[in-house]
Amino acid sequence: MGKTSDIARARRLYRTVLTIRRAEEALAVLLAEGLIPGFIHLSIGQEAVAAGVMDALTPVDTVTSTHRGHGHAIAKGMGLDAFFAELLGRDSGACRGRGGSMHVADISRGMLGANGIVAAGMPIALGSALAHQILGRDAVAVAIFGDGAMAEGLLHECLNLARLWNLPVLFVCENNGWGEFLPTDRQIVFSLDKLAAAHGIAHVAVDGNDVAAVASKAAEVVAGVRKGGGPAILECHTTRVGGHYEGDPQRGRDPADRAANAARDPLIRARAALTEPDAAKIEAEVTAEIAAAVAFARAAPPPKWEDAAASVYTI
Amino acid sequence: MTELRYNHAVNRAMADAMAADPTVVLFGEDVAGAGGVYGATRGLRDKFGADRVRDTPISEAAIVGMAVGAALSGLKPIVEISFIDFMTFAMDAVVNQAAKMRTMFGAQCSVPMVLRTQHGGGAGSGPQHSQCLEAWFAHVPGLKVVCPADPASAYGLLRAAIVDPDPVIVIEHKALYATRVPEPDSLPILPIGKAAVLRPGRDLTIVSYGAALRAVSDAAATLAKEGIETEILDLRSIQPWDEAAVLASLARTHRLMIVHEAVEAFGVGAEIAARMADIGFDELDAPILRVGAPFMPSPVAKALERRYMPNADNILAAARRLLA
Ligand SMILES: Cc1ncc(C[n+]2csc(CCOP(=O)(O)OP(=O)(O)O)c2C)c(N)n1
Ligand SMILES: [Mg+2]
Repeated sequence: MGKTSDIARARRLYRTVLTIRRAEEALAVLLAEGLIPGFIHLSIGQEAVAAGVMDALTPVDTVTSTHRGHGHAIAKGMGLDAFFAELLGRDSGACRGRGGSMHVADISRGMLGANGIVAAGMPIALGSALAHQILGRDAVAVAIFGDGAMAEGLLHECLNLARLWNLPVLFVCENNGWGEFLPTDRQIVFSLDKLAAAHGIAHVAVDGNDVAAVASKAAEVVAGVRKGGGPAILECHTTRVGGHYEGDPQRGRDPADRAANAARDPLIRARAALTEPDAAKIEAEVTAEIAAAVAFARAAPPPKWEDAAASVYTI
Repeated sequence: MTELRYNHAVNRAMADAMAADPTVVLFGEDVAGAGGVYGATRGLRDKFGADRVRDTPISEAAIVGMAVGAALSGLKPIVEISFIDFMTFAMDAVVNQAAKMRTMFGAQCSVPMVLRTQHGGGAGSGPQHSQCLEAWFAHVPGLKVVCPADPASAYGLLRAAIVDPDPVIVIEHKALYATRVPEPDSLPILPIGKAAVLRPGRDLTIVSYGAALRAVSDAAATLAKEGIETEILDLRSIQPWDEAAVLASLARTHRLMIVHEAVEAFGVGAEIAARMADIGFDELDAPILRVGAPFMPSPVAKALERRYMPNADNILAAARRLLA
């Protein structure tokens, strides 16, 4: 620390982690008010993965995400107005209110969508990587998945294909120890590093709650993928502070587990890299941005029934 | 006289599309080296290179999901799934991803991909290699489904599918690959959603598609000897289907039958019958009849499969009921 570029990076990463945190806290309030359709999966405690990984990407790089994808969308550059309006199901949302929480997407920024189907984003990232490869783009694709998705057979198919075709794809595992309401050590008998080794794919593990560490590991791994080194896996050990979904009573979860997670808070750790005035300035700015976006979304009109079916087909 | 074979028409459609547009790519199991189970992709890797024509491992879920991502990122992928029965492994990518993305992303994108596959019986291939599952896909908003019945349609519909900005499932028929016609003067791109009148007639309309049209033609020839003129409509496109053409034909003949090889229950025929019973009610002089497979998995034994598939006899029997 100390170099201008390091300070700039620490500020940037803190700003992203904080933006995701404050945005999701605002969502919890909006949900309680009944303004958000459906249910939402918050990534509180996991924001450093989104912030760190996206910091290593360029706008042409593409990302596929999961049901817990708010942070990925925000960190990949989705505007906050579009984000909140989408979550509230408004016509000015990123997906014109047609996607909501589990389908936030911003194709122009390479965010190819959160996904309501566990593991489904992985082959989509592969296809995007194939397009990068065939069209000679200087771009990588990133497939984000949870540790629960390791039990889906599709992961194996994708690792095999990615290696076979040497695709420019990075697999990012958000390992929070949970798959819905069951710890993943009661669902899965293998570890990702061994699975990676079996496929001949490099595996890098990182403390997913240390945003600086995620960012530097991601930068390193992405650089290798970008140079044509083929696929890689970045496993981020992280913590799901809340329940599976917002409002989850978390029956059967040990309160000590929750307390331990709070102690590893990525937000506090990201803040520690900054001076107090720096952090306070960012906090004031982010708070104002979130407030403005929430106000925008609250006032935004809903989609019209008359053109609800108009976008099912292009022609 | 030069002839055009169905599988060669499929091949030519892909070759012409790939020559016209460098973003068209083709992948699937055994499409590159072996040229496809039915020879439809033979020679394409030599013409267009190993980058654009690729053999995949046996990973249907991954390769169809990959087509979705490729389509989102600037390619126009054609994926071959050698039997429609194997689509079960790829259903998430088709149904939850490809079909819905344009809608659920608020029209930010479309998903220009083509899934080429084949369906149908007659070859004793049994319950897991003979199914006609087109109705599954026609039931999902966001997908288009076509079933070419002859070489010219195989060419024209596949070309249309490849330029179409939305996901299209092109369902060929294993019994049609070796069929041939005299080389047509021209091979136009055929619009998706338009039916063709194969035979004009005034007494009854039979709507069908794919290989079942052969049995329909046989039945119509028999009826013609008795002075009964059957109008045959080749639907060509299942989703969207040409409601206007069916209604216009019904308005000429006032009697309607739908014939398909797929299981009759909850099938394409059910949808057409229900629509015509609604918007064509005033035209009807008889109940609308369907001829399709009975509600059971496809049999293997020839003696059973012959009876299982629609044939001229059961079409004739239905026609006589319709005309009674
Ligand atoms: C194919 C599929 N099966 C089941 C579900 C229900 N489901 C939603 S999230 C989830 C748990 C996923 O766990 P993980 O991948 O670790 O992600 P996390 O929730 O921990 O972020 C499950 C089972 C689903 N959405 N899709
Ligand atoms: Mg998990």
